[in-house]
Amino acid sequence: MIRTLFRSRSPKVFDFHGGIHPPEMKHLSNSTPIAPGPLPAQLVLPLNMHIGAPAKPLVAPGDRVLKGQMIAEPGGAVSAAIHAPTSGTISAIGPRPIQHPSGMDAICLVLDTDGKDEWVTHSGVTDYTELSPGELVDTIRHAGIAGMGGAGFPTSIKVNLGDHQRVEELIINAVECEPYITADDRLMREHADEIITGIHILQYLLNPRRTLIGIEDNKPEAISAIKRACKGCDIEVRVVPTKYPSGGEKQIIQLLTGKEVQSGQLPAHVGVVCQNVGTAHAIKRAVVDGQPLISRVTTLTGDGVARPGNYEVLLGTPVRDLLSHGGVNPDALERLVMGGPMMGFTLHNPAVPVVKTTNCIIAATPEELPEPPEEQPCIRCGSCAEVCPANLLPQQLYWHAKNDDLEKAQHHNLMDCIECGACAYVCPSHIPLVQYYRYAKGAVRQQAADQLKADKARERFEARQARIDAEKAEKEARRQARLEANRKKKTDTAAAPAVDTAALKQASLEASKAYKAAVKAAKEAEANEAENSAELKAEAERLKAVADKAKAAVRDAKNAAPAAAPAEDRVATLKKQVGDASSAYKNAVKAAKEAEANGDDNAAELRASADTLKAEADKLKAELREAKANAPAAPAAAPQVDPVAELKQKVGEASSAYKAAVKAAKEAEANGDDNAAELRASADTLKAEADTLKAELREAKANAPAATPAPATPPPADPLVELKAKVGEASAAYKAAVKAAKEAEENRAENAAALRAEADKLKADADHWKAELREAKASAPATPKAAPATTDQPRIPEATAPQSLAAVDPEEAAKRQKRLKGLKTAYNMAHKQYKEAHAALERAERKEDVTADELNDMQRRVDKLKNKADIARDALDALVEEAKADIRAHTGKDLKTLKLEAARAESALADKAIELQRLRDSSSEESLEALNSELKALEAEAQIARKALKQAVEEQGLVE
Amino acid sequence: MSAVLIAIAALLGLAAVFGAVLGFASEKFKVEGDPIVDQIDDLLPQTQCGQCGHPGCRPYAEAIAEGEEHNRCPPGGQDTVDALTDLLGRDELTLDDEGAEDANIPKVAYIREDECIGCTKCIQACPVDAIVGAAKLMHTVMVDECTGCDLCVEPCPVDCIDMVEVKPTLQTWGWHRPAGIGQRPDSRIEVVNL
Repeated sequence: MIRTLFRSRSPKVFDFHGGIHPPEMKHLSNSTPIAPGPLPAQLVLPLNMHIGAPAKPLVAPGDRVLKGQMIAEPGGAVSAAIHAPTSGTISAIGPRPIQHPSGMDAICLVLDTDGKDEWVTHSGVTDYTELSPGELVDTIRHAGIAGMGGAGFPTSIKVNLGDHQRVEELIINAVECEPYITADDRLMREHADEIITGIHILQYLLNPRRTLIGIEDNKPEAISAIKRACKGCDIEVRVVPTKYPSGGEKQIIQLLTGKEVQSGQLPAHVGVVCQNVGTAHAIKRAVVDGQPLISRVTTLTGDGVARPGNYEVLLGTPVRDLLSHGGVNPDALERLVMGGPMMGFTLHNPAVPVVKTTNCIIAATPEELPEPPEEQPCIRCGSCAEVCPANLLPQQLYWHAKNDDLEKAQHHNLMDCIECGACAYVCPSHIPLVQYYRYAKGAVRQQAADQLKADKARERFEARQARIDAEKAEKEARRQARLEANRKKKTDTAAAPAVDTAALKQASLEASKAYKAAVKAAKEAEANEAENSAELKAEAERLKAVADKAKAAVRDAKNAAPAAAPAEDRVATLKKQVGDASSAYKNAVKAAKEAEANGDDNAAELRASADTLKAEADKLKAELREAKANAPAAPAAAPQVDPVAELKQKVGEASSAYKAAVKAAKEAEANGDDNAAELRASADTLKAEADTLKAELREAKANAPAATPAPATPPPADPLVELKAKVGEASAAYKAAVKAAKEAEENRAENAAALRAEADKLKADADHWKAELREAKASAPATPKAAPATTDQPRIPEATAPQSLAAVDPEEAAKRQKRLKGLKTAYNMAHKQYKEAHAALERAERKEDVTADELNDMQRRVDKLKNKADIARDALDALVEEAKADIRAHTGKDLKTLKLEAARAESALADKAIELQRLRDSSSEESLEALNSELKALEAEAQIARKALKQAVEEQGLVE
Repeated sequence: MSAVLIAIAALLGLAAVFGAVLGFASEKFKVEGDPIVDQIDDLLPQTQCGQCGHPGCRPYAEAIAEGEEHNRCPPGGQDTVDALTDLLGRDELTLDDEGAEDANIPKVAYIREDECIGCTKCIQACPVDAIVGAAKLMHTVMVDECTGCDLCVEPCPVDCIDMVEVKPTLQTWGWHRPAGIGQRPDSRIEVVNL
């Protein structure tokens, strides 16, 4: 298969493998001199007339430009500038059809010519040797020169060699082997001197050892013109035999030097730089004349035009204009080809402009370029392999490209195909081989791009994955650290003091038990009027002192123990303490009440002690509050809700104390006791205290409006509700006073008048509050379901109660009911979970086949669940408490009181009914009438009481 | 008799020596991990789209190595299935892509930025971090990094993400394959016998 490369024994010219001899068709256009091209109305200059980055426009639509003015600068290292081919105005920068086989549009500068052809000021250098090579390269770059042979590679890159590169041969390609094209032929004939000057500039830049011009032997005039021009200089003219594709870069290098450029290498690797003859001409114009590349010689040929020949065409001239300039016959025109018949491409749009690489336009008739025949199967004749100038196996490439076997095609050096079309030319089966190769090359490039993208995507995916994992690990590490810290703290604190506290607690419990027993004994003794009652009492006092001491010790121990414990623990301890203290206080109050009821002497004392306890409890509460405020890590929602809940509780306590006091006072008054006034005074004091607390509560509520998320959130503070509560209270007090007064009157008590006066005062008070309530309602019209204005008969006590009840916000109640239900469910669930977990833990402990860690985990889980259940229960309790408090606030009565009232009313009704039954026969009509009306009144009262109770219960969502 | 014994002894000796050598080599040159997974992963298109039911291409490669069918990659198309068939020496399969007839059309996500509310959901969904943006600020897709997996489309609460077909540019355009035997080549084929 290997033919000798040195078939020609001539020392001057070598040979390359393959090649074909198509009809030359050069006679059509090579007989007339180069004529000036048309000056069209509009020039279209694609930003990508060359290989590499598109140029960057320097002008905007509307700008007037002069001939030779740079209108786009190089857009990158491998790029070329664009200049205005004539004077005119930039009318648009936008997509236009360009010289591309895809037929796609690309961004172009559109220049409306003005016909003046006005040059920008320009000047060249007479002696280019005055310029440094760098300056010359710059000049070439800014003149926008790109390879004029067809590829369009920016010349400035090719001539800008590094210091290490040594150029053996500079080859000027003047072969022009493709049929039809005569542009270089005519250029050499007419501008040989300019071309030689251009070559000299290239020599100056590249400093080659030899300079060779390769010209095919079918251009004798051009050869003689060049030979004449370069007489006396070191440029060798080599005449090569006519063969297609001698003009290919690798082929001409082989022809002139015998060197073969290897696969994947550039001519520079063998020390050769190749330039087209047209490029040399453009370089001379740019350097010596200062004229950038704005026009080129293009062959217009084919049987479709009347005046075929070569034209000096302005870049950007639409092919349409060039055709009409050459006298096109539209009827005869079948195909329009840009470039030669072998390597060019069909134009589908005559608006495509002539660009820097356009060496030929063929306007072919159907006879000239007939429709290609149908593709036939490959017969493996091997003709294509014989003519392939790149020494490939086209039949194999075809086979693999057809089957999309890109890898095998690449193994057969698909990428070294120069797409010359020699194989397709000789193919007896008319297989469009080149298109198969182009397709396969595109697919290979696409695959490479896809692979690159896939690698990038994989990298990014893995980076993201790594990032997410790292974040997770960090979180886990932080969690572990936290757990570890907690465990450490627990083990630190759960030491000696725990035993102490337990022991102390036990002692305290025992002491209080003893005290209680003593008290009981004393009471019994008193009831029996035993003699030793006083003694027993003293004993009880002593025991009480002991118990108190024990309690104090426990408290102290507790206070001391959690010094190192976390804030949460402290809060819990404080809570417990507060609970203890308040229960102690309650007990004391109870005792005091009892004492008062029994008219004991030490009642005042007891009360005092109760007060002391209360003060202590308050102090603890304050401390707890502080601790909570200082413990932001405490379980969520607790801190926000607590002050309000705390205050509420206090208010509740205070008001119940006040009520108890009032009751006591009333009783005392009823009994005509001496200390009634005193009691009343103390009740007043308590009331004042309760009021203060209420005010505080109100304030707290106002300050905690954002306390929403917790289940135990108090309802938003409402001045109306407050006022209503006050009205309720006032009227209740008034009613009580009236009742007392009536009783006193009935009993002919002395203080009846005083009591009535007080009742009047209370009534005035109640009226005042009512008025205020009315005002508030009027000023708060947006309040849902505002109660109607107060009745004008405030004297009727029954009228006020339902009214204040009616003002309860049903929405609020429904919400609370919902919340209650939710909380109940939550608590039940939590409790169940806790029980289950606890049972599991116990089972595990019994089995003894689990590790300590697992047990610990389970224990933690149980604790957590228990905590959860407790929180839920607390919240539920708080809510119930709150509901009760609200009932109190709305009705001025306790739930208990309401219930009692209802029951009392019922029983009174029943009594009256029985009395009526009894007297029906015996009494007169008048008394019966009176009794009947009384019965009716009682019935109404009972109904009201029932209703009030029901409403209150329902509204607060306390329905069981 | 002794010759037989000598032969047996020699064979046993050889067996022992080679056994020792092989045992040592299998320890010394042990291959960490499963190299087939890497090879499969290289063939997969790395869109990380999850259409195979795995969270990314590598998990699917691992699943294939474990024995899962290798035809569940719609973005890779039949070519990937065939390549995997070759690699694994398994039975030939056709691509399992019901309802994904346009899977081979390259697409990228496009966020209509006027409508974006800045919820960052698509950012979290993107397997290759190709979406940039911040909370309450509009997001946008880095087209060069987008693999067109459309995992971001579903989480968008305002449906402002479109999958846009990638149009060929002058740089990515390639010649199409000739119609084949019995067909006239495209009239753009300029190579003719003169």
